[in-house]
Amino acid sequence: MARSTSKDAQDLFRALWSAYSATPTNLKIIDLYVMYAVFTALIQVVYMALVGSFPFNSFLSGVLSCVGTAVLAVCLRIQVNKENKEFKDLAPERAFADFVLCNLVLHLVIMNFLG
Amino acid sequence: MLLLPRMSSKLARSLLLLLFAFSICDAVALPGPISDRHRSAALELFAPQHGSFASLEESYEALRIFEILAVREKPDVRATTCPKVLENLVSSTPLKDLFYALKVNGILKCKVNGDIFKDIASRLKATVKDAKTLIDLYYSIGSLLLIKDQASDVDVLLADADGTFHSIKALSQSDGKWRYTDKPESSTYAAGLALEALAGVITLASSEIDQSRVNLVKNDILKLFDSIEKYDDGTFYFDEKLVGGHEHQGSISTTSSVVRGVFAFAAVTSGKINLPGDKILGLAKFFLGIGIPGDAKDLFNQIESLALLESNRISIPLILSLPASVYSLSNKDQLKVRVNTVLGSAAPPLTVKLVRAFSTVAKDSAVIQNKDLKYDQNSGHHVLDVLPDKVDVGIYVFVFEMVLHDADGEKVYATGGQIHVPIYVTGIVKVSNAEIAVLDNDLGSIETQKTLDLAGNDIVSLSANHLQKFRFSFQLTTPRGHAFKPHQAFLKLKHETKYEHIFVVGNAGKKFEIVLDFLGLVEKFYYLSGRYDIELTVGDAVMENSFLRPLGHLELDLPEAPTSKAPRLPPLAVDPYTRYGPKAEITHLFRTPEKRPPTQLSLIFLSLTLLPLIGFLVGLLRLGVNLRNFPSSAAPATYAILFHLGIAAVLVLYVLFWLKLDLFTTLKTTALLGVFLLFVGHRILSHLATTSAKLKSA
Repeated sequence: MARSTSKDAQDLFRALWSAYSATPTNLKIIDLYVMYAVFTALIQVVYMALVGSFPFNSFLSGVLSCVGTAVLAVCLRIQVNKENKEFKDLAPERAFADFVLCNLVLHLVIMNFLG
Repeated sequence: MLLLPRMSSKLARSLLLLLFAFSICDAVALPGPISDRHRSAALELFAPQHGSFASLEESYEALRIFEILAVREKPDVRATTCPKVLENLVSSTPLKDLFYALKVNGILKCKVNGDIFKDIASRLKATVKDAKTLIDLYYSIGSLLLIKDQASDVDVLLADADGTFHSIKALSQSDGKWRYTDKPESSTYAAGLALEALAGVITLASSEIDQSRVNLVKNDILKLFDSIEKYDDGTFYFDEKLVGGHEHQGSISTTSSVVRGVFAFAAVTSGKINLPGDKILGLAKFFLGIGIPGDAKDLFNQIESLALLESNRISIPLILSLPASVYSLSNKDQLKVRVNTVLGSAAPPLTVKLVRAFSTVAKDSAVIQNKDLKYDQNSGHHVLDVLPDKVDVGIYVFVFEMVLHDADGEKVYATGGQIHVPIYVTGIVKVSNAEIAVLDNDLGSIETQKTLDLAGNDIVSLSANHLQKFRFSFQLTTPRGHAFKPHQAFLKLKHETKYEHIFVVGNAGKKFEIVLDFLGLVEKFYYLSGRYDIELTVGDAVMENSFLRPLGHLELDLPEAPTSKAPRLPPLAVDPYTRYGPKAEITHLFRTPEKRPPTQLSLIFLSLTLLPLIGFLVGLLRLGVNLRNFPSSAAPATYAILFHLGIAAVLVLYVLFWLKLDLFTTLKTTALLGVFLLFVGHRILSHLATTSAKLKSA
């Protein structure tokens, strides 16, 4: 039973992986970017857990920068994805421009809060 | 009266002074007539700036004061003031400036062309006819009066004097006050102005005013005087409740306005105004009681009112004053009294009688009765040549009365009846028979006894223990041989540790004695044994030889303080002057900074944070990113490059912002870069969009 479970898990994983490989490259780039942001956030949380939360504002700004940019990247992915019928009429360049602008504003606020 | 021991000497003295104040409340310090101090104050307050005064009003006030007081060193301002007067003597100047210009001209007598007066007079007569407010009537009538004095040929008489009289009288009220216009606010100050204006109308009338109207105004004056206010010492004055609209006049301006008005009116009417003499004297006392005012206008009002009181038709006040109110028996002083008019001139022939003199502690028995003072021609003083033997040291009240030699004088002068004056008679109090003793026990057998000459400087040295008593006695005798109880008779024992204890020395007749039983005082002395310095203080206002004398030392042996009840020594009185010295230094306690992690740990994690970035780049390479979509033609290429540069610039700006810039410069620069970026980004992205659209359609 365990063997079939692990085999099922492996099969599932392989199926997922092959399905994922079919996604267009630009979406994969965005996914990679999201993973990068999340990992950076995780490392900061681990550091805070080790040394305590002083100064709290710096911790918050660091984590929120990562989380914020990840969220914006996800929004970009949604808008750029051709299979998404809702955003059919939105040009991907426009979505990218929005992404850049929102990131710049987010990082201005982050830099102010960093202290 | 036994005061509690340990009460400070200041408190005791103030209590005693309060009691004395109650006993001589009828008698007060008398203000003297005008003196040279007023003359020097006038020169100081009315000093011209750059050779002239600030305004015509001030010039008039200064010149009038110098005239009244006959000030010798007055500044000569003719050269600067006459031109100002001339330039204001035109028909078009406002009424108030015209009024004061004419007043100044009346004193300085500048050379003015006769036609100018004619011009102004006709304008003023027209104003009088049309004037609606009291102030306008006052100034125009006053100016016409001044022109009458300065240019006798000009016709200033009022055609319709009755009408003008009526219009001024119409503004009066039933309580004697006057209104300024038809509006209901009334004031006593306005009453003074109105009375002066009415007096002017009577003078300027071409035909005589109806006598019944004049009598109505006299009644108004009496009603006005019903609202007079007074102090307990017989001073009368007028004060104003707050009147809206017009500037609030204080008591000095209000009273002087009334004085001007009433006496101007009295001067032009026949018959008497029945004002009681004591009210006129009260007004004089008010103005003299001000002393030397610090304000120029107050000084002017004071001096001018006193000049009017000096020679008025109702009642001339006579002021009794004493050059000194302290008489020393040891110097054999003589009691001197002066009687003057308010400006300091000589009084009419009169005799000053000392009705009676009594001591403040024995009000019913008079020590002097019915003596006349002799008048000394040379000094102008009335002198009581010798104080009778009954008068001992102490505080007395002398009651004076002025009797005029001319029997009719009572109607012309106001003398004020009986005047109470406090007099201090001082002398040397004999201190004798001083004895200090240490007594053994209740039976009082003497262990040590020493006599002391309190006039000299010798001191004694004693020793005692807690089972013994300390006795100190002396005698006080007045110059006339009676017993004397001073304000202060204190014995102070001061320990070497600066703790001191004060005791009051009580008396029985002439003998003063104090007995200190150390058995009962052990706790009070905080069980402190050792050397005590003894000091005696005897003092009084009428004692010329008050003294504070160290008597010597006492070695006191007290038992040890019981350990169960350790005496809590009260904090020593700190020398009050150290309060103003530098205070103790305060070291600021800074907030302890938070614990920071060790530097290496932080650096390790910094490098750990960069790992995902490396992972991202590696992943990108593995995905096979390329720059194929980068435009090849020139214009879009530049835009593309500029776009990337723009983003990089903004990020660099953010780093600078974190490092050293402030928010505002960052925002400004971000805005600029943002606009640039928008423009460039729009170009390149729209280019890319059209390119991909073309590819799709193709």
